[in-house]
Formats: sequence, structure tokens, C-alpha cells
Amino acid sequence: MSAVETTYREAVRAAIREAMLKDERVFLMGEDVGRYGGCYAVSMGLLEEFGEERIRDTPLSESAFTGAGIGAAMGGMRPIVEVMTVNFSLLALDQIMNTAATVRHMSGGQFGVPVVIRMATGAGKQLAAQHSHSLEGWFAHIPGIRVLAPATLEDARGMLWTALEDPDPVLIFENALLYNMKGQMAADAGPVDIDKAAVRRAGDQVTLITYGGSLFKTLEAAEALAKDGVAAEVIDLRTLRPLDDATIMASVRKTRRAVVVDEGWRSGSLSAEISARITEQAFWDLDAPVGRVCSAEVPIPYAKHLEAAAIPQVPGIVQAARETLGR
Amino acid sequence: MTEPPSGTHPRVSREHVLHLLAQMIRIRRFEEKCAELYTQEKIRGFLHLYIGEEAVATGVMEALAPDDAVVATYREHGHAIVRGIPMTKIMAEMYGKQEGCSHGRGGSMHIFDAGTRFYGGNAIVGGGLPLAIGLALADKMQKRRRVTACFFGEGAAAEGEFHESLNLAALWKLPVLFVCENNRYAMGTALDRSESETDIHRKAESYRIASQAVDGMNVVDVEAAARQALAAVRETGAPHFLECRTYRFRAHSMFDAQLYRDKAEVEAMREHGPIKRLTEWAEATHFIHAGDLERVEAQVAEEVDTAVAFAEAGTWEPLETLTRHVMAEEARP
Ligand SMILES: Cc1ncc(C[n+]2csc(CCOP(=O)(O)OP(=O)(O)O)c2C)c(N)n1
Repeated sequence: MSAVETTYREAVRAAIREAMLKDERVFLMGEDVGRYGGCYAVSMGLLEEFGEERIRDTPLSESAFTGAGIGAAMGGMRPIVEVMTVNFSLLALDQIMNTAATVRHMSGGQFGVPVVIRMATGAGKQLAAQHSHSLEGWFAHIPGIRVLAPATLEDARGMLWTALEDPDPVLIFENALLYNMKGQMAADAGPVDIDKAAVRRAGDQVTLITYGGSLFKTLEAAEALAKDGVAAEVIDLRTLRPLDDATIMASVRKTRRAVVVDEGWRSGSLSAEISARITEQAFWDLDAPVGRVCSAEVPIPYAKHLEAAAIPQVPGIVQAARETLGR
Repeated sequence: MTEPPSGTHPRVSREHVLHLLAQMIRIRRFEEKCAELYTQEKIRGFLHLYIGEEAVATGVMEALAPDDAVVATYREHGHAIVRGIPMTKIMAEMYGKQEGCSHGRGGSMHIFDAGTRFYGGNAIVGGGLPLAIGLALADKMQKRRRVTACFFGEGAAAEGEFHESLNLAALWKLPVLFVCENNRYAMGTALDRSESETDIHRKAESYRIASQAVDGMNVVDVEAAARQALAAVRETGAPHFLECRTYRFRAHSMFDAQLYRDKAEVEAMREHGPIKRLTEWAEATHFIHAGDLERVEAQVAEEVDTAVAFAEAGTWEPLETLTRHVMAEEARP
């Protein structure tokens, strides 16, 4: 099958469109998903195609419409709830954590919540603190939900359908900087696995573990390291909960060194969890302490240079990788 | 006191009055037993008793169809019982036994039952309202003519989720029956200490939801109002709001010393208790005869005893099952 040029935004849109065509129970709901076309223009044109019932504009009521998505899923629909950004999802945290994640357990397995909740995450657009945080690691803390972070066009296109078929709540985090990313994708790109991390670049001297918006910076860092004669392996986690320990440990056992690159804050972060797991499971295979490149412990600033300094960047990743090699 | 049903009421028969009475007595005796079992440490955790409020669940549930959905709060034993979940399974859940309706994962505050479309027992004040909106939305989108009944206390009216949900229900014309159980206190906070507008049903009006306040201590009134409201919801697909003015005779939970209200107030309200009131009225109007009450009480006592025996005989989930029911067990496609 031939490849076509597409963007991350178009890939997500194609995924939504395909899901709506495939299954009548699928509908999209969120703030400005209809008339406006989506805050990040992901759902542009879908209202015209599918109508107001299925491309459902909501009021600014994050908690109620997220909860309504949960209820609709329990009532037999397959809703896709779009929350503009992870920052606003905190207003719906009660519904996500206290309802979606708990109902199956509290009901002794009687009720499941097959809802998909998508949201943008991440910094880099000078939107200042309240629009720039990366909180997917918080959600990855919660049992009862699955957390996905598609970084590539194929994953942006393919994860949604797999998520919709999942009997449990799935949260999909789309890094806002990726929406404009352009590339080639197989014209027939379809559903993808949501259980496994992917090795995006092979190497045997250090493992760089990352996901989402930081993947491309990490690949760039690996490229720079290669020029220096350091062969870095790059793992794209893809699924932040449950973590694919097997892929991580297999790589670390081979390279004996690891650096975790995570746009969340270091304290209590996903990177902390991954580092701890490596220590628990592969300590005797390590030649160096696990390194971490995270966001600085500040609310993300507005000014471009400060913002850039606050989040992981290529030179920092390169340096952290070198440190594990003692160079 | 004697008060015949007013004109809008459905015709009540001797059989029906006895049935309503029996339902309320089932809740009352079940919960009295729970309180006793709590002091014996058979039941642990939070225990919120519904005693005094039985007319609300009984009246509303009477008017619901079997395929309607129910969303309740942590004070939901009464709702669960009159919705038709076996008392045995409810009691076993209170004990935390695997024979309980949530396999011991939920306890008193999280009773769930797929068979009767009972969507919980929610311990987050206001948390059930969005869920009810979603269930009703699913019905509407799938063109099913069912209603979702959503119970919550007046305390929930101060939460954002209440307002967001009422707005959505009205905006999207969803078949929800909102049932506010206004017992005047949110834990220890009296309504006028927490709300600028204490007439809760007027809040619903401001969202253009058909709304009324009803005497929540009178089961016949509640049933009549619920029937009318449900008929309207089924007819129009639009939501309806019932504020049932009621009172809880017991503490908020077993940990509450009730320092925030007068004993005299509670005593005065007990005089208007829903069971007492229906009994007196039914006797005065000869709907019930000598011996009826004793027969109902004996039947209920037996049902409660059976439930306790069932729970006592129940077994603990093996520890190996600790992490069950977190994610679906069927293989993902
Ligand atoms: C969101 C939230 N805040 C606080 C509490 C603690 N709490 C439990 S019950 C309750 C009072 C609720 O009163 P009301 O809604 O009137 O219901 P009632 O208990 O009177 O039936 C409070 C404050 C809670 N469970 N959830």
C-alpha cells in the first residue's frame, strides 16, 4: 500500500472519523468540538459529516460532560470525550478517578466503563502555566484506567480504535506540539497494539526511555550521540499505564544504562516510577545510576527562553546519556 | 392525623397501601438491624441510615419501570431494597462477604446491581448526577424510552456537578428524574447555613426544568408526584425535578453525635414519620385491619433474619482475588 502525507492532527481526525463510520455507538463530545472544529482543529469538518447528535458540543462543564461520557458508556454507547487540555481535566478529575476508575471494582465486576477520554498535554507554545502542564503521569498513577500517549502518526491513527474496543476507561494524551507534525503514513494504517512499548531506535550502549512529545527530541539526542560514537536505544513507552516492563528491562539488560525523559516534573513523576522499577528489576545489570531528564520544578513560564529551559531539550538528554557512560 | 389522598393521587387500594407500608417497614427494620450489627462490629466503615426518609425511595421506586435506571448515594440501602435487590445480597455486602452484591468491594456505600439497573451507591456528594445524565443520553441516542432516576441530598445542590448536570439535562432534553432528598442537613450543616436560595426546586426552575416540591414524609404524595413526573418525562423526554422534603431521624452516620440540632426538633419530626403517618391514616380510613400490621412486621422480621443468617454464613473472598475487578477480565479483542 502506498504512503500518504499526513499530519498528526489529520491522523487523529481520520481515526475518529473511521471509528464513527465503523460503529454507530461512537460519538464525540466536548467543548467546541462541533461548530468550532475543535480547539486544536482535530474535529474540523466532522460536524458537517456526522451531525450534532454525534459531534456534540458541550457547555464548559468538564465534570458533567466527562461524567456523562462515563454514564453513556455504561449505558451502551462508545463515547469519545475530548477535554481541551489536561489542565482542564482537573475539573473532571472526580469523575475520572472516583467514578470511571472505581465503578468496576466497587460493583464487584458488574459494571464496566468503556469510555475514551482524549486531551492535549504538554508545553512549548508559550501558553504559560495554566495551559502547558504535563500531568499524564498523575493519571498513570490510578488503577482502573489505561493511559496512552501516541507519539507517532501511526499511533495517533491507530490507538483510538483499539482504545474504543477496550472494555475499560482509556485516556489518550496528545502532545499539543505534535498536532502540526507532518510525515508519511501507510494509506491503510490501522489499529495498533496498546499493550507494548516500541523500540524506535536500536542501540546497545544506553537506553533512552520516553513517550509523546519528548520522543522526537530523544531521537534527535540519539542521533547526536551516534555522531559521538554512542549507540543509544530509544524506547517509546506508548502506554503509560500499564507500563511494559518487559520491553524496558530487556533493553536495559542489554545496554546496562538508562535515562528516562519525561516532560512531567521530577518529584513523584512517571520517571521516578520507571527508575524505581529498573532498580527493582535490573539493578545487577546496571553499570550506572538511572538518569532522568524532566521538567524543572516550576509552573511552566510564558517567556520563550524560560519555557524552553523548563522542559526537556536535546542537549540535556545528550548530557544525561553521556553521564551514564562516565563521559 | 387523617388526610385522604387529594385529587391528583392515583386511587389507592387496601392492597397498595399495605404494600407501601410493607416496603417502608422493610427499609426501617433492615436499617435498625444494621445499626445493631454495627455496634456489634459485624458491619464496619461508614454507615448512613435512611430512617425517617423511607417514603421517598418507596414512593419513587413504586413509579419506576423495571428497565429504568437508578443512581443513588451513600445513603442507599432503602433505594436498593425497594428497587428489588435481595436483602440477603445487600446484607452480605454490608458484612463485606463475597456473596454480597458487590463481592465485598463496595460495602454500605457502594451497592450495585446490574439486574435491577442499580448504578450505585456513590459516596461523592454530587458525583452521581453526571453519571445519570450519561445514562439518559445513552437511552436517548439509542432511542430507548427509559428513564434514569437520580437520587441525591440537598447538600449536593451546592456542588458544581449539580448545576452542570441540570444544565446539560435541560439543554439536551434528557429523560432524567432528579430526586432531591431534602432532609435539611448536610452532615451537620443546616440548609440555610449553606445555600443562599434554600428552595432547592427553584434552582431547577432556573434551568427551565419542570420542578416541584413535595411532602417527602407522605409516601402517597411522593408516589403520586413521581408518577406524574415520570409520565411527563416519558412523554416529552425532558427532565423533571422532584424536591422531597424529608428528615432523617438518626445521625448522619454512626460517628455523628448530632451536636448541631435539637433533640426536640428530631422528636417533633418523628411524630410526622412516614410509617407512623401512613399507618394512622390507613387505620382511620380502614384500609388496614386489625392484625395486618403484625403480619407485615412478622414477615419483615423473617426477611431480615434470613438476610443476617445469609450474611453470617457468607464467606470471605480469598486474598488471591484482591486485584480482581480492576480491569475487565475478558480478553481484550
Ligand atoms: C464531594 C464530597 N464532599 C464532602 C463529602 C463528605 N460528606 C459526606 S455526606 C455529606 C453531607 C451530604 O449531605 P446531603 O447531600 O444533604 O445528603 P444527606 O447525607 O443529607 O442524605 C458530606 C459533606 C463527600 N462525601 N463528598
